[in-house]
This record gives sequence, C-alpha cells and structure tokens, in this order.
Amino acid sequence: MSSISPQEIKQEFLKSKMGIAGITILAILVATSIITIIAIPLETFQQWNNPENWISYPKVATPVWVNFFMTEKIPEHMILESPNIETNSQGTISLTSHQFGLIFEYDDFPNDFIYEFSAEYQDSPLLQMSVIRPDGIKLELLSTSLPFSSSKTIHSERIFSTDSTIKKNLSLQSEIFTFDLNELSSEDIVFSKTKTNESLKGKYIFLIDMYSVNSQAQIIESKLIIGGKAFGLMGTDELRRDLAIGLLWGTPLALFIGLVVAFASVTMGLLYGVYAGFKGKKTDETMMRFNDVIYALPVLPFLIILSVTISNSIFVMVGFLMVFGWVGIAKVARSMSLQIKTRGYVDAASMMGQKDSKIILKHILPQLLPYAFASIAISVPAAITTEAGLSFLGLGDPSFPTWGQILYDANTFGAAARGLWWWIMPPGVMIAITGLAFVFIGNALDVIVNPKLKR
Amino acid sequence: MKRYVATRIVTMFGVLMITLLITVALVGSNMDTILTQGIVFQVRSEITEDPTIAESFSSVNEFEIFVQNQIDHRIKILGLDEPWYSPQRIGLTMYKILLLDFGRATFLTSDAGSSDVKDIIFEKLPRTILLFTTATIIISIIGIFLGALSASKIGSIIDRITSSFAIISSSFPVWWIGMLMIFLFAFTWQIFPARATPDIPSSDPGYIGALLYHMTLPLITIVMIGFGSWAYLVRNFMVGIMQEDFIMAKKTIGISQKKIVYSHALKNAAAPIITILALSLSGSLGGAIITEAVFDWPGMGRLYFEAITVMDLPVIIGSTYILTVFFLVSIFIADLLYGYFDPRVRTGQ
Repeated sequence: MSSISPQEIKQEFLKSKMGIAGITILAILVATSIITIIAIPLETFQQWNNPENWISYPKVATPVWVNFFMTEKIPEHMILESPNIETNSQGTISLTSHQFGLIFEYDDFPNDFIYEFSAEYQDSPLLQMSVIRPDGIKLELLSTSLPFSSSKTIHSERIFSTDSTIKKNLSLQSEIFTFDLNELSSEDIVFSKTKTNESLKGKYIFLIDMYSVNSQAQIIESKLIIGGKAFGLMGTDELRRDLAIGLLWGTPLALFIGLVVAFASVTMGLLYGVYAGFKGKKTDETMMRFNDVIYALPVLPFLIILSVTISNSIFVMVGFLMVFGWVGIAKVARSMSLQIKTRGYVDAASMMGQKDSKIILKHILPQLLPYAFASIAISVPAAITTEAGLSFLGLGDPSFPTWGQILYDANTFGAAARGLWWWIMPPGVMIAITGLAFVFIGNALDVIVNPKLKR
Repeated sequence: MKRYVATRIVTMFGVLMITLLITVALVGSNMDTILTQGIVFQVRSEITEDPTIAESFSSVNEFEIFVQNQIDHRIKILGLDEPWYSPQRIGLTMYKILLLDFGRATFLTSDAGSSDVKDIIFEKLPRTILLFTTATIIISIIGIFLGALSASKIGSIIDRITSSFAIISSSFPVWWIGMLMIFLFAFTWQIFPARATPDIPSSDPGYIGALLYHMTLPLITIVMIGFGSWAYLVRNFMVGIMQEDFIMAKKTIGISQKKIVYSHALKNAAAPIITILALSLSGSLGGAIITEAVFDWPGMGRLYFEAITVMDLPVIIGSTYILTVFFLVSIFIADLLYGYFDPRVRTGQ
C-alpha cells in the first residue's frame, strides 16, 4: 500500500464519474434533509402515528401527478379552508354566509364531501347548505337547526355527504335529473350531469348559510373537504397519512442512522485493528480471537433478539448496529498496520522513544485514512438496509417514520395485493438511491485506494 | 495443519457457547416469568377440575395456602426457585441445548402438529436449505461465468453492464424487490402465487411439485439481486490475478487469452471464491428471516419471525442455536478450504 496524499485523492476522485454521481446524489439527499428539517414543522413528524392529525386527508389516495398520464382524470382531494365570508343583518335576523368555490375538472365523482365547522351562538340558529353547480342549478342539500343553548356556546360538527337528510333533500329535487336517483349516493348526484350520470365539470360553489334571530352567531372554523382519490405528491396510505411527509422525514433519519453507524464502527474497527497489529504477539492474538467471536455471531438473529428484549428505540438500534459493524474493518486494519509497522520511520520513531499512542495516531493511522473513508462509504448502505429490514419486520422504532417503517405498514395493510404501488415503490427507491450514493462514493474511493482494481 | 484445525475448532466451540449464553441471558428472565405463570395456571386449573380438593378446606385462607404450597413445590421441582443466572441452571440449560433438547414450544407447532421444538425446526430447516442453497448455487454459477467473462474483456460493454448492475443491485434490499415481484407477478400478472406456502398437505404426492412452483418467485428474486455482486467480486479477483507475473509470462508464451482466463486465472481465484461461496451460503440463512417473511416461505426464517412475534422463547433459543451452528460450520469449512487452496494461510500463523 503506497501512501497517497489527500490532494491526490481529491484529484483522482473528481476524475471518476461514479464518484461525482455519488456526491451529487448525496448532496441532493442532504439538501432534502435540511429543507425537511427547516420547512416541515417538527409536529407533523411527532404526529405521524396520531390518526387525529390525518383525519381530513383521504384514504389510500394516489399521487396527484398520476392524472398527468391518465385520460380519465381522477378527482383530486380538496381541502378548502378559506371561504368567502359575507354577513348580513336585516332587523332581528342576521345571516352569516360562507362560500366555497371549487373547480371540478375530473372524470369521476369524488368519494364524498365533508363540511367541518364550529360555530359560536346562542339559542338555536339555522344552518343551510346548498350548492350552485356549473349549469346554474342550485341544489338544496341540508337545512338543520343547531342544538339549542340558552347561553353562548361553541358547537363543532362534521356534516358528511352520507347524511340521510342530504339524500332525502336531493331526492325531493329529483325532477332536475332524468335518471333514477335511488341507488346513487349524494356526491354522485351533486356532481352529476342532468341527462346522464356522468361527472359535470366546471365551477361549483358550496354555500353555507347560518341564520340566527336576535343574536350574533358566528362560524369560527369552517372547512370543506371534497374527498378525492388523488392527493399530494406521494399519495396517502391506509391511515390517511401523507406519504410525502413520511418519505421526506425518512431522509434525515436514514442519513443519520447510516452515517453514525458507519462512522462509529469504522473508527472503532480502525483503532482496534491498528492497536492489535501494532502491539503484536499475545495482545494481537487475544484481540483477534475476540474479534473472531464477534465475527462469528449471526448478526440478524441477534439484532432481532436484542430489539425485542432490550429496546427498539432507534438510538439503541444504532448502538447495536455499531457493535456488529466494526469487526471486518478491524481485520483489514490489523493486516495493514502489520505492514506499516515494519517501515523504517515507525522503527525510527519508536527508537526515539515516542509513546505507542503517538506512533499509532501520528504515523500509522493517517496512512489508513483513505481506506477508512472508503469503508465508511461502503458501510453506510449496509446500516441503512439493516435498519430498514428490522423496521420492515415490525421491530423498528414506531415513533419515527423511517422508510422501513412505511414499508412495514404497506406490507401489513396488504399494499401489494391491493395494487397500491405508490405505497411500496417510493420508500424502496429512496433506500436504494441513498445506498447507491454511498456505494458510488465508496467504489470511487476504493479504486483510488486499491490501484489494482483500476484497470 | 492439525494445529490450525484444532484452534479453529476451539474458537468455534467458544463462539457457540458465547452465542448460547448471550441468547439465554437475553431471554432468560422472560422465560422464567412465562414458566412460572404456566405453573400457576396449571395448578389452578387442576383444582377447578377436581371439586373435592376445594371442598376439603374449611376456610379460604387455608385453601390459598394449599394452592401456594403446590405452586412452590412445583417451582422447586423445576428448579425455578433459583434465578436463571445461577450456574447450575445455566449449565443445565446449555447442556440440554447442546444435545438439541430445546423443550416444548409455547405456542407454535409443526405442520404435523408436534410442539416439540426439535420437530418444528427439523421440519422447517430442509425447506430453507432447499430454497437458499439452490439460489446460492445458481447465483455462484452465473456470477463466476459472468465475472470471468467481464474480467477477460475489461472495459467492454459486458464488463460495464455487469459492474453497474452489481453496484445497483447491491443497494436494493432483497425483501423490497420481493414485495415488488409479488406485486407484479402475483397480483398484476397472476403468474406465480403470492404466498410461497403450498396449500396442500405435505403428505400429498403433488406436494413437492407445488413446493417447487411456490419456490419460483422467491428463487428468481434472490438470484436476481445476488448474482451481480458475485460477478463483480469474481471480476475483481480475476483482474488482480491477471496482473500477476505468471499470467504475463503465459501471455508472452502465446497461450490464448481464453485459456488463460478460464483455466489458469480462474483456478487461482478459486480460494477466495470458494470462501465467499461458503460464507454466502451461511449468510443467506441469516438473511432468510426477512426474505421468508416477505414471501411467506415456510422455512426457518419465517419460523424465527413467528417465534419472535409471539415470544415463543424455546423456539427462539432453538432456532438461534441451529442458525449459529450452521453459520459457524460454514465459516469453519470456508477457513479450511482457504487453507487448502492457499497454503500461505496455514504456515503464516
């Protein structure tokens, strides 16, 4: 092994296409992580397992961009939160009106629509819901009075399109439609053409009017959800979670796991191996026997037992991965240090009475640094896939949305059987891309460190 | 050579003992709790089955004391009154395990209905060996030829494709590709079954055929992911050897490139190749846990996974032991083979 200066390594590295590709992917991943950490509030990630947080999202919706390739457009999920508010009072009667405008350009009916509101009122105001369709027809949906209260109160409610009164109101207006409404659900009627039961495209306005007598009533929160079958960049899963957020949070987590494990185990292995090789004799023998013992332990069964019996916290897991990661590197580092030890300058240094620790740190370790970097890069993918594998078996840390965890959920809910490709593909692709970046870097470094491979 | 083999055997046995000790230590306390609960349950149910015992006591207190005495008595017989880490108990446990006496499974049973851990394991083991050994053999054959081919034509299209395929395939987790394969070939195009467990009983004459049919999809997946890195490894060994002086000498004599690659260089690469073959055979057994869980292949890996899910401790201990033994034996064989093919190793120490 000849010594290479860092300058040469850098030059050689920049010459290799593979190395540059690896660095580029890595840079993109790091940028993604940083953007994720800054842009996505930490709560979303803590709320990952809280179903309450995802309630207004659709179930197993495809990514929105799928529509781009489809001739029949899939309805997108719409969450409308900022209505046009008008207030009007005539004498004793006051009216608050919330209007939601939406453009519906899809070839299928939405899944449902939900109006979610909370109102502050006294007595019992009247709530009316109606929709103005693109063809100008106004359909009355609902007319209901809110529960009576003698003092000022806040009432929250969700009105679902499956509500039987909505259906009843619609069938009262059945003369508008030329076909039989009996078997159809409300959203299939509201968004339907009058002649045939096909979706009617154009601008819809949902009107929510609240009438109150003698007192001021207010709608504090008001949200209209048009339940679609497509949502977000990456779609959603069975538990309505936005997969884009899970995938984004997975990036810094995977990089953290991979880099920490790789860095720590390479450092440990390097120090261990170099020390054993440098000391030689009995020390070397015993240290290498111990190394053999760890080397011969079956890693995956052990990781599984450890995660079941001790803890499945992600940090503990990182520790376990380190314990098994350093062994191979120690072997190579030992044989390298055996070679370097015989060089003249090491002898000279020890003759001059330098301390062992100084010789190791100053004269031997720097020689191994290129190899160390190559091994760090090569160990990262292994750490990431092992963690993903454990998570996939359901032994991971459920409080963190790692890619393996997402795939575990996908497998539990039978995503493959149901054809939910957007739940299976992206996490695996992310694992592979991250692995690939480090393998590229590692291989490029490896070629520099072991010139034999270059030809 | 003898000394070399002897030290290897001693190390191996030591590792086996340490693995066992760690496993027992990790699950020992849980095991005791489960066993004690089992005894309590057993005593209570015996008393409810036989009303005369309960009738023979005048007060509730007396009855409770009797029950407690019964429980204590049985705990003492089983030696559970001493903690699991007491030397006798650990010694006994490990001695039993060494003799393959793993006791009875708590929940799991073999397909034939036996709850003896040994029966369960020896029913599943051949299937794992069938799948993974077949896969490893196919992988190594493809890998060696592809590797030799690309080493003989460095920089050619074949070499580049092999190398890039190796690098790309090595960063995909096998189980994820497995999920995709199930998605594509079991549900989108219904060619292969999604679950790899044959649905006919093992006594049926068509069982082996069904097993092989169910094996196809996992086999294809494992081979697909595995052969690239094999080819790449073989290629790199060969490239190293092709630069040695004796190959140069053969080239100058005028022996054809083909003959050099396939007979001289490949022979010299045999030592590391065979070592890796042995190691990957054993490594595949460990990796089997996830792969079998994905494909639902009824082997050791899935058994291990099921045992972990329901915390069936005797099965966990037994499987870990068997997996470790296999792993160690193959490391041992790899070592011996390496020493055989490369005499420098033996004399070095």
